[in-house]
Amino acid sequence: MTEILQVRGLVAGYGAAPVLRDIDLTVPTGSIVTVLGANGAGKTTLLRTLSGLLRPTAGQILLDGKDLRRVKVERLVRLGMAHVPEGRGVVAELTVDENLRLGGLWRNDVNAAVAEVYELFEPLAQRKRNAGHLLSGGERQMLAIGRALVARPRLLLLDEPSLGLAPKITAQIMALLQKLRTQTGLTVLLVEQNARSALSVADSGVVMSLGRIATATTAQELRNAYLGS
Amino acid sequence: MTLQKHLIFTALGGIFLFAVTQQLEPFRNYQLATMAAYLCATAGLTILTGLNGQISLGHGALMAVGAYTMAFAQNGIGNLYLSLLLAMLATTAVGAIIGVAAARLRGPYLAGLTLAVALAIPAFTVTFDGLFNSEQGLPVSFTPPETLPIETWQALTAGGSALLVMFLLANVVSSRFGRAMRAVRDNEVAARLAGIHVARTQVLSFVISAAPAGLGGALLAFLAQNVSPGAFSLTLSLYLLLAIVIGGLGNLAGAVWGAFLLVALPDLTNSLTEGITASPELARKLDGNLALAIFGLTLIVVMLVAPGGLQSLVQRISHRIRKGRNHV
Repeated sequence: MTEILQVRGLVAGYGAAPVLRDIDLTVPTGSIVTVLGANGAGKTTLLRTLSGLLRPTAGQILLDGKDLRRVKVERLVRLGMAHVPEGRGVVAELTVDENLRLGGLWRNDVNAAVAEVYELFEPLAQRKRNAGHLLSGGERQMLAIGRALVARPRLLLLDEPSLGLAPKITAQIMALLQKLRTQTGLTVLLVEQNARSALSVADSGVVMSLGRIATATTAQELRNAYLGS
Repeated sequence: MTLQKHLIFTALGGIFLFAVTQQLEPFRNYQLATMAAYLCATAGLTILTGLNGQISLGHGALMAVGAYTMAFAQNGIGNLYLSLLLAMLATTAVGAIIGVAAARLRGPYLAGLTLAVALAIPAFTVTFDGLFNSEQGLPVSFTPPETLPIETWQALTAGGSALLVMFLLANVVSSRFGRAMRAVRDNEVAARLAGIHVARTQVLSFVISAAPAGLGGALLAFLAQNVSPGAFSLTLSLYLLLAIVIGGLGNLAGAVWGAFLLVALPDLTNSLTEGITASPELARKLDGNLALAIFGLTLIVVMLVAPGGLQSLVQRISHRIRKGRNHV
């Protein structure tokens, strides 16, 4: 199996103090890898650094072997990496349809990509003319993921998709990730605090602690170690 | 579909403009032309501030750039439409320079920069008085057609220009770029992650906003047949900003309300001061400040009644009427 994402010796942070220390991470193509850890472990900072929102001070980030350190955030989505940030990042004043189209502004096949998202997320199709701020938490999460999918990414970075959502909605989103992986070969790097739901779909995972990767193993072993089954 | 809709609206607007200008008396035609000139500027500014979230206190100065370019071009070349085009191009260039600096700034810092532009450009014309003829300004000469009264011709020219600006900006609003502008305004992080170059979008927004402001200034020079720094002071920039807020930020129809108020309120102020028997000293003070006070008062009242501006009030009322009809 090839690796779509390789991270080597990554150091990043805000100001002088590093939040991420010497991170090594490998994400195989077509897999779901989850990043677990307590609040403040550096999970969100890791995703922000991978997607270019935060510049690393040391280390390498390779997407399909291409070094991303000098690539601008705006270019990354065109290279096949989409990031759904924590808090969902929906543009509140734009309608559902406009939000989705934003995901593929540069694409010629944006209509087809948006239609595919409506097939995946039926509630969005029913509310396409509603502004983003009128959606429920679950619908906003669907919209944020949908917008990322319109870009037709090969690697999806998802930050806490279960945050503030009912367990039923979280389960639906996890099932959707599995479906996307199976049907389209999408690779997902999933940051979660809800270990149970993340490990229900992940192939492997890492546990972060104080800015370092404390454990990196299969999802089964993590389930055994942390969930007792 | 949207383009067709905008074309139909523009064509209808053109027919309406032609019909109205034939009916109005010369002074009203002149006022209509002035409103159209202001509309170019308010439409551009409401796109910048309302859709892209960049505040500008310098649009009056951008109008001055357009007006002076108009004067130089008209006095040199003598072709009105070419002069208007050159005025737009010159203001676009200045707008691009300011936009590059503005893209790095936010909130009060951006307001500060554009305020400096509003103060610097009129001062520039006074400093280089050999070129700009100081406070007296420059004449703008042209030969009106013999077949039409001059005011009707001015109203048709300015109104036609404003219609063209509205058509182009309406298409920008509903385009991919319009969505990018709004995304940058609301959520820069989400916009960047969606592949939108934030700084480039902001600079382009400033350019798109500056061009019609320059055209508006050129039209004002064309109407007054003169251009002087006094006509493009900081007060004009403040008026423009007040006008788009009162009309409804980010809404082109709101920009029409704003332009209407820019012409109507000073007229109302004149009527009020004429009706008041006051000492010459008081009359002079009122003449300078009453318009701004009335504008401020209008802003307070509109914000209390309709925080989204006059256009949102109109939309609310028409929505209620339609709802009422459906119930009947």
